[in-house]
Amino acid sequence: MERFHTVFFAAGLGCFALAFILCLIFPWMSLKKYHGMDYAGWDEITRAERITPEFHQLAERYPEAFAQSFGEVGPESYREALQLGRDLYVGQACWHCHSQFVRVVSNEEQRFGKPSNAQEYQNVLNQPHLWGTRRVGPDLTREGGKRPNDWHVAHFIQPKNVTPGSVMPSYHYWFEADGTPKKEGFAIISYIQWLGSDRVYRDTHPEEFDVD
Amino acid sequence: MSTATASPTLPAVTPGGDDGPLVEYRFIRWHLAAAGVSILITMVAGFLYSLQFLGYYPFSGSALSPGHIRLIHTNFAAYGFLVNGFTGMTYYVIPRLTGYRVWSKKLGYFIFFAWQAILLFAFLGYLFDKAQAIEWGETPTGFRPGTFELNWVPVDLLVAVGAVCVILQFMVPLYKARRQRYYVTLWYFTAGYIWLALTYLMGNIIPEWVLPGTAGAAVTGLFIHDLVGLYVTPMGWGLMYFFVPLILKKPIWSHSLSVIGFWALAFFYPMGGVHHFLISPIPDYVEFGAISTTIAIEVVVTTVVVNFFMTLKGKYSTLRTSIPIRWFYAGAIYYFITCLQCSFHTTWRFQKIIHFTDWVPGHAHMIMYGTFSFWLFGVIDWLWPRVTKREWASNSLRSWHFWLSTLGITIMFLTLTMSGLIHGFMQRELNPWMDIIDMSVPFWYVRTFAGGLMLSGLMCGLWNMWRTAHHDVPYVEEEHYASDALDPAPTGAA
Ligand code: HEC
Ligand code: HEM
Repeated sequence: MERFHTVFFAAGLGCFALAFILCLIFPWMSLKKYHGMDYAGWDEITRAERITPEFHQLAERYPEAFAQSFGEVGPESYREALQLGRDLYVGQACWHCHSQFVRVVSNEEQRFGKPSNAQEYQNVLNQPHLWGTRRVGPDLTREGGKRPNDWHVAHFIQPKNVTPGSVMPSYHYWFEADGTPKKEGFAIISYIQWLGSDRVYRDTHPEEFDVD
Repeated sequence: MSTATASPTLPAVTPGGDDGPLVEYRFIRWHLAAAGVSILITMVAGFLYSLQFLGYYPFSGSALSPGHIRLIHTNFAAYGFLVNGFTGMTYYVIPRLTGYRVWSKKLGYFIFFAWQAILLFAFLGYLFDKAQAIEWGETPTGFRPGTFELNWVPVDLLVAVGAVCVILQFMVPLYKARRQRYYVTLWYFTAGYIWLALTYLMGNIIPEWVLPGTAGAAVTGLFIHDLVGLYVTPMGWGLMYFFVPLILKKPIWSHSLSVIGFWALAFFYPMGGVHHFLISPIPDYVEFGAISTTIAIEVVVTTVVVNFFMTLKGKYSTLRTSIPIRWFYAGAIYYFITCLQCSFHTTWRFQKIIHFTDWVPGHAHMIMYGTFSFWLFGVIDWLWPRVTKREWASNSLRSWHFWLSTLGITIMFLTLTMSGLIHGFMQRELNPWMDIIDMSVPFWYVRTFAGGLMLSGLMCGLWNMWRTAHHDVPYVEEEHYASDALDPAPTGAA
């Protein structure tokens, strides 16, 4: 009990492996069994009919700037925008101020929308997931389509002008002086507008969304 | 179990036939100095980030944005301060407990420089949006899953290499001493270093490359938890079991209790991981498992804390005379409070209200700063004169460091806990979001003030370390610690 090999193997590897099985393999198996867990890769997410109306609107509202940054609206440009948007969301630590899951408690259903389920996160933009553990600002899982693009432009440039007293940092460096988004600006808005990850899900499981 | 191993015994320099000193003081000095610089960066970053919440954030560019500063804050606390500090300390503890020198001096240089390079590249990576989406493991991956085109230095990979080197460095003397009976500190350190490598690999590979979304979340939860529970905690407990008896010059109260603590930690701790994502799409039975083991941990922690305090019994006056003991026991009190808090707020009833609020950073600071950093400050306080061979330059600065830190963390904990509770209830009562922010601002002012106290305390400590290293009053080792052969080595089979 007090020797090197006991500690090394029993505690070090054995207990770790046990936890690994109980906390990882088991839940994964049951998720698979009860939810199917179909994985949505890039092709699925960027299918032409999945491109959000807001992405088209960005291209119409700022034709030149958009063409310069991403060219035409289409699966490739959408993928590029979402990828960059997610990278910025991660790199700027937005996820340390905003959560991305709605719980079934604390009236969150009324504040944010339908509670999250496992299948919603089964896609390439949630690898790794961005659930977060702190809400300085509101949850963003159901953000897509909630606000118009212009609101986001104004809000990212200076949150305080839109929401007096906000403590969210200003991201003015993603926008030109006249408010036209740069590449980063387009990307983050595209990502935020995609975020109703339930939007992807909603199309395929409409029956679950008739709650109210 | 015999009581022969109930105090850290320092066997004679030994068998191996190596020449040169048993303990490599240079590496300790370097790692502790690097830990000092890292904690300064951590606290300056925390202080700056807290200004964002008051509307006084000083920088406006992308590189120094508040989000980046936050990444630097948490990652330097973990990988800069704690890892450097614990590594420095291990260079002292393992050779003295086993009687064997660490594996290789060259490897020691490599580990030191590689680790500081990791910190530097992680630091720069955060400034340029290269973070990875794994909480507490934001160290840049350097490339995207699927492709192998580098877009940054692959820090994750370097950390894995570094961890393996650290394991070799310290496992070799442990292996050489395999015939001895291990003092409990060695158990903790052995397991702690193995777990560090396993945890790091698991947390950085699986959610990023193998399992997306919800199942990946179970792993990131496990990662956040294991980094604290399976690396920081065993290192911290091991440290207490070594230094407290050494300074008090008496054995720990109960060896059996310390052994129970060890096996219970190994068994229960890893299972609690999912408690970071409760009431989430992760299956309920996994959450129940996590909740019950988290509560079980509280029992374990109680045995450990009881053991610490029974050891102190009859020696209370050392709290006045010895500053390291003061750090250790203040940390132990905070430890007990935080873990008691754990066993309540891990339940769904508390989670509903307190998750996502300031309560959580309040808890995180109490444990990472109030406990583990305090213990490490205690170790630094004890080791620094010995590794620089100079007497502390100023005793009053040592006291200032302690008292300002204690006052600061206490205030910070209270203010964050209060605002967290109010936030939680306001969220439930569907108050508009901005009302929650407006409510929190006064509390956030208090937090910045508390952070200021902690930061000034730290300045006292660092300034004192600097002065100590540069003045010339030699440190004379007390007889008790001078000899390598303090007690007879616990030889013989179990
Ligand atoms: C310091 C914490 C903080 C950071 C970092 C932060 N936010 Fe926010 N965010 C807030 C707060 C507080 C609010 C609520 C007040 C407001 O509307 O500005 C908010 C609101 C929002 C909203 C509006 C939600 C709604 O519908 O009312 C969006 C969208 C948003 N943030 C996106 C982001 C993105 C994207 C990033 C990263 C680039 C980010 N936030 C970084 C704190 C933060
Ligand atoms: C000057 C002192 C400090 C100040 C002002 C400070 C401030 C902060 C702030 C503002 C946050 C973000 C909280 C949030 O998201 O709402 C934070 C998070 C954190 N800090 Fe500090 N900090 C300080 C010192 C430290 C130290 C010394 C450590 C550890 C050794 C530490 C560990 C952490 C951790 C682990 C988190 C993440 C908490 C979470 O995600 O819930 N901090 N700190």
